Amino acid sequence: MNEIKVTSADEFDIRDWLRTDLMPHFMCPGCGHGIALRALLWACHELGIGKDRLAVVSGIGCSGRTGAYIDANTFHTTHGRPLAFATGLKLARPDLTVIVISGDGDSLAIGGNHLIHACRRNLDMTLVLLNNEVYGMTGGQVSPTTSAERFTTTTPAGNMEPVFDACKLAEGAGASFVGREATLQTPALKDLFKAAIAHKGFSLTEVISDCTEIFGRKNALGSSPEMVLKQKKVMIPAHTDNRVPEPFKPHPFETGVFVRQERPEYGEVYEALRARVREKGK
Amino acid sequence: MSTLQNIQGNAACAAGAIAAGCRFYAGYPITPSSEIAEQMAARLPKVGGTFIQMEDELGSMAATVGASLGGVKAMTATSGPGFSLKQENLGYAAMTETPCVIVNVMRGGPSTGLPTRPAQADIMQARWGTHGDHPIIVLAPHTVREIFEETIRAFNLAEALRVPVVVLYDETIGHLVETVDLTPPQPEDIVTRTFASGPAEDYLPYAAGEDMIPAFPRPGDGYRTHTTGLTHDERGFPTQDPQKVDAFMKRLLGKLERHAKMIEKTESVEVDDAQVLIVTMGTPARAAKTAIRQLRDEGIRAGLLRPVTLWPFPEAALRAAAKGKRAVLVPEMNAGQLILEVQRVLGGAAPVSGLNVFNGEPIAPQQIAQAVKELVK
Ligand SMILES: Cc1ncc(C[n+]2csc(CCOP(=O)(O)OP(=O)(O)O)c2C)c(N)n1
Ligand code: SF4
Ligand SMILES: [Mg+2]
Repeated sequence: MNEIKVTSADEFDIRDWLRTDLMPHFMCPGCGHGIALRALLWACHELGIGKDRLAVVSGIGCSGRTGAYIDANTFHTTHGRPLAFATGLKLARPDLTVIVISGDGDSLAIGGNHLIHACRRNLDMTLVLLNNEVYGMTGGQVSPTTSAERFTTTTPAGNMEPVFDACKLAEGAGASFVGREATLQTPALKDLFKAAIAHKGFSLTEVISDCTEIFGRKNALGSSPEMVLKQKKVMIPAHTDNRVPEPFKPHPFETGVFVRQERPEYGEVYEALRARVREKGK
Repeated sequence: MSTLQNIQGNAACAAGAIAAGCRFYAGYPITPSSEIAEQMAARLPKVGGTFIQMEDELGSMAATVGASLGGVKAMTATSGPGFSLKQENLGYAAMTETPCVIVNVMRGGPSTGLPTRPAQADIMQARWGTHGDHPIIVLAPHTVREIFEETIRAFNLAEALRVPVVVLYDETIGHLVETVDLTPPQPEDIVTRTFASGPAEDYLPYAAGEDMIPAFPRPGDGYRTHTTGLTHDERGFPTQDPQKVDAFMKRLLGKLERHAKMIEKTESVEVDDAQVLIVTMGTPARAAKTAIRQLRDEGIRAGLLRPVTLWPFPEAALRAAAKGKRAVLVPEMNAGQLILEVQRVLGGAAPVSGLNVFNGEPIAPQQIAQAVKELVK
């Protein structure tokens, strides 16, 4: 990484970081995932990460499909497994900056086991968990983060299952950096990504995204700006004691950095083990 | 200098992997394969490599492929239940043409089955376990020395052809201790994939020449390519264009045939004058060799054809070996899997019968001798 800069939104040209020949992209108008992608690349830009050394590993879902547009070494893996692929990649190639892009279904349902163990191990990589509380890619089924009573194609009478709080889960599993932001706060989201990528160890960044086209429509949440403004009402920025102004079906969510700890990083611990083993062998 | 040692099959597998240049192992413990993981955990850090015990077999296969995507030779080992879980990401390796080695030490199944008893009931799973048409190579050693050799060959083939390679043997050989020479191969006998070189401009990661094997773009070398399990074009990006899909699938499925000579390997024992041809692999092949000696002492001429490369199946070698034989016998520790392929290849050219044992006991030489005697009656 080179020097860390701070750039205004105007100064950052996302086209420098995209495979523009793949445009138009697949995302629906208003999809929160695209805003998150912009914030992520903006963070990479400010951190001065070289594109040749950047590895983006993604899972399956609309979230996972975003990785292909990044002009870097991109790996679109299998549903729920990007963290496990990334674990092998990072251990084999510690010189790469590894960022994992995943969805709420990808990381919290099918990939839940890989998630908790990645938090526990503390290998240096950043997970970008795009939480739109639905399975967007497969047409809008319920996910482990779908709010109570929300309609999805597999909860036609409203969701009755409790949700996972990804950040609490990650904290409990030992992640050394945990934070959450909403797409509506793009500069804050960029700063969260920056801090997470710069952090040595496993970082989980949960993005409150939105699936306008499917989830929004199904629950009559309005246009994308309307959805985002509704999110704002239930958002509690960290370290303030804002109350949620009005009852809104989705659970209130806090934003900010919740965990930031220095913990031995797995790759470094393993390198020390190699040295010990070699010393003994002499 | 020879390095004779008493060593167990699973340990010889780990020794072969290290000799082949394997520097990454991800696994999940399961009997009767765990010794491979234990050996790799001890050996890899000494040679600058990495061992990791993952949370399950889905993760260990993913991490293995992930390491190989980084340009490092990688392997995992397991047994039946774990082999089933590895199939998902084994398919990803086949689709993305990522070299890797998967060892399956076979135990009795289905399900948890007979964890400590030998079987050969994963012959078809090894070929067809993951969904979709896909290329795969399966090697079937039958001695401790051969486990060492075939593990090295597995890496060489995986690297040369950018394909997942399975090393398949049963519990008996995995736990068998033999005195073997584990002299490491000469450096020129170790194959490492060809990494992409040349200008990054207009580079096409999945464009292949005459040999049908594209060079591998190593991350960090400036190519910034995309790897996906979706069907992709020569640029590596998803496509549904029927022509491109067709061309891609034909290359993916055709590349092993193009290199058949490199892949094929069989062993023949006293086949030429045999009345009865025995076709088998692994532990039953050891029994067959003993049975052939006993039968010949009694004046009954039997011979053995043993696929060392099990998949792609040695069709031509089998046809040639079976020519003019009175009968073909296929002993196997399952309810009849290898026999299906033998029957298909011979297409009625010789009568084929099976000797199937699936009670957790290895097949004894006497059982094979008896079956041959019945056939020549
Ligand atoms: C093993 C497997 N099971 C199911 C699927 C089908 N599938 C594709 S994407 C997806 C859900 C994605 O949801 P999420 O992770 O929340 O991502 P989003 O599309 O919402 O961004 C599912 C179930 C699959 N591709 N693979
Ligand atoms: S379906 Fe939903 S998550 Fe997927 S691109 Fe459209 S809006 Fe985004
Ligand atoms: Mg989702």
